[in-house]
Amino acid sequence: MARRLTLTGNDAGAEAMRQIDPDVVAAFPITPQTELMHKFAEHVADGDVKAEFVLVESEHSAMSATVGAAAAGARAMTATSANGLALMWEIVYIAASYRLPIVMPVINRALSGPINIHCDHSDTMGCRDSGWIQLYSEGAQEVYDNLLQAVRIAEDPDVLLPVMVTFDGFIISHTAEVLDALEDAEARKWVGEYLPKYSLLNTEDPVTFGPLDLQDYYFEHKRQQVEGMRAAPDVIRRVGREYGELTGRPYDLLERYRTDDADLVIIALGSTCGTAKTVVDWMRDEGKKVGLLKIRAFRPFQEKEVAESLKGAQAIGVLDRSISFGAPGGPVHKEIRAALYGADCDTPIVNYIYGLGGRDISTDHIRTVFEELEKLPGSPTPEDNIRFIGLRE
Amino acid sequence: MAGILEIRWHARGGQGAKTASLLLAQAAAMEGKYSQGFPEYGPERMGAPMRGFTRISEEPIRLHCAIYSPEIVVVLDDTLLSAVDIAGGTPDDGIILVNTVKSADDVRKELDLKDRKIFVIDATGIAIEEIGRPIPNSPMLGALIKITGLLSLDAVINEIKKKFSHGFRPEVLEGNVRAITRAYEEVKEA
Repeated sequence: MARRLTLTGNDAGAEAMRQIDPDVVAAFPITPQTELMHKFAEHVADGDVKAEFVLVESEHSAMSATVGAAAAGARAMTATSANGLALMWEIVYIAASYRLPIVMPVINRALSGPINIHCDHSDTMGCRDSGWIQLYSEGAQEVYDNLLQAVRIAEDPDVLLPVMVTFDGFIISHTAEVLDALEDAEARKWVGEYLPKYSLLNTEDPVTFGPLDLQDYYFEHKRQQVEGMRAAPDVIRRVGREYGELTGRPYDLLERYRTDDADLVIIALGSTCGTAKTVVDWMRDEGKKVGLLKIRAFRPFQEKEVAESLKGAQAIGVLDRSISFGAPGGPVHKEIRAALYGADCDTPIVNYIYGLGGRDISTDHIRTVFEELEKLPGSPTPEDNIRFIGLRE
Repeated sequence: MAGILEIRWHARGGQGAKTASLLLAQAAAMEGKYSQGFPEYGPERMGAPMRGFTRISEEPIRLHCAIYSPEIVVVLDDTLLSAVDIAGGTPDDGIILVNTVKSADDVRKELDLKDRKIFVIDATGIAIEEIGRPIPNSPMLGALIKITGLLSLDAVINEIKKKFSHGFRPEVLEGNVRAITRAYEEVKEA
């Protein structure tokens, strides 16, 4: 039985964490993540959860405490945003290389400076090579759903990698929306008991985490991380399918929204996908063959599936909510271009950088993107293929 | 916006527009509708102009952008009438509800509008009398649902009861319920 709730994205994240009831949660506040941990702290204070709640003095410590707890065999979580993620950077890589199945909501916010508390993806895009799985959420429902799935994905013995569940600061984190949540018993059964494969506290099977690992074995350990990430797509798909059987809401790594016969396809992540779907519906009603390719899992990135999804497109617009300074376009754009290389594809592709520091992306903006793409079929990628949406020049 | 009712709230920081925008969304959801409530976060400080937004629909809402063309505008502080673009983006038959002791005709003159439906209610006066504090958000909700027929009075009162069931004295809750009910009855059109 689903429970219909009206929650902000942050409260939806805290609701999922209440039901997951991790053994250890370490926290340091940063806008816009603060309200999520505030709500979870209420659950701790009210005795709704058994989690050991560790208040630390920085995000570096938050991730360190989470890593320590996870290495000891605990199910451990934290959450952060932007500069908080930047401060935990060193330990973010360590969490992945120790193969610790930590789940962390990251509430997307622009990195300073100048200082800005609003949404863009510069924080999580910056650590796309850190070895974490990244699931981007479209709204409060997906925040909840992705967190419950992330636990199963991270802890799968073939994967054993940490998972970031990202959602757009303020746009999702501070917007109250209607969502369906599982009953507590169902959610707890779904998440299941955590039986760590390796644990510092298991003296029957002693293991070491993080010893010196020089020219002799470091490379092999990196290779094993690659294997964990390679196993992840099948696990994400299976977990998404089983979650669908439980809730009626199945998940995949990508979502093809009306792309099957689409001439013009835009690609996006996060909350913008919801706005884009609305515009796609309006333009379909006008007879335009348009579609959206939503990337839910940016890591692992599914290049073959992406190329397959874009096979019929005559023009492609890639929306990036972050900049990769000095590179040819944003991070999503580069992945898409790389995915299409060798895929016998000469479709024109335009990159649209948008929404930095919380700049709104409206239905008019998305319509304009489609109208610009409409001029491209049959011609090569234009010279001005890196464009900016809603920017004063 | 086709199929989606959009509402913009204008207030000054501390008047409860954030709470009202979210509470209306929650009350609508309790009646089986889909909704969103979100304030616009700037450099928050008491007294600074701020805006909140609510969307209500019979269908799931996927939009995650700001509201540019609201059918309804709710103004919690009449000193904003001359300070910000209150009617911006509203259609000719849009509704503007203002917390003020002025008449609806005076508000119309101040906004220099020929069309649109303008309603007034002294929500601050009601709040002082019934709650003991000049926070006009609850009575404004009462007035809003009366003039729009959006939700039943019971739906909003139930949501207020939930909101105030933790950490508030019973007289605060009772005061809010009285304030909503009075505003529901007293709101006036030009």
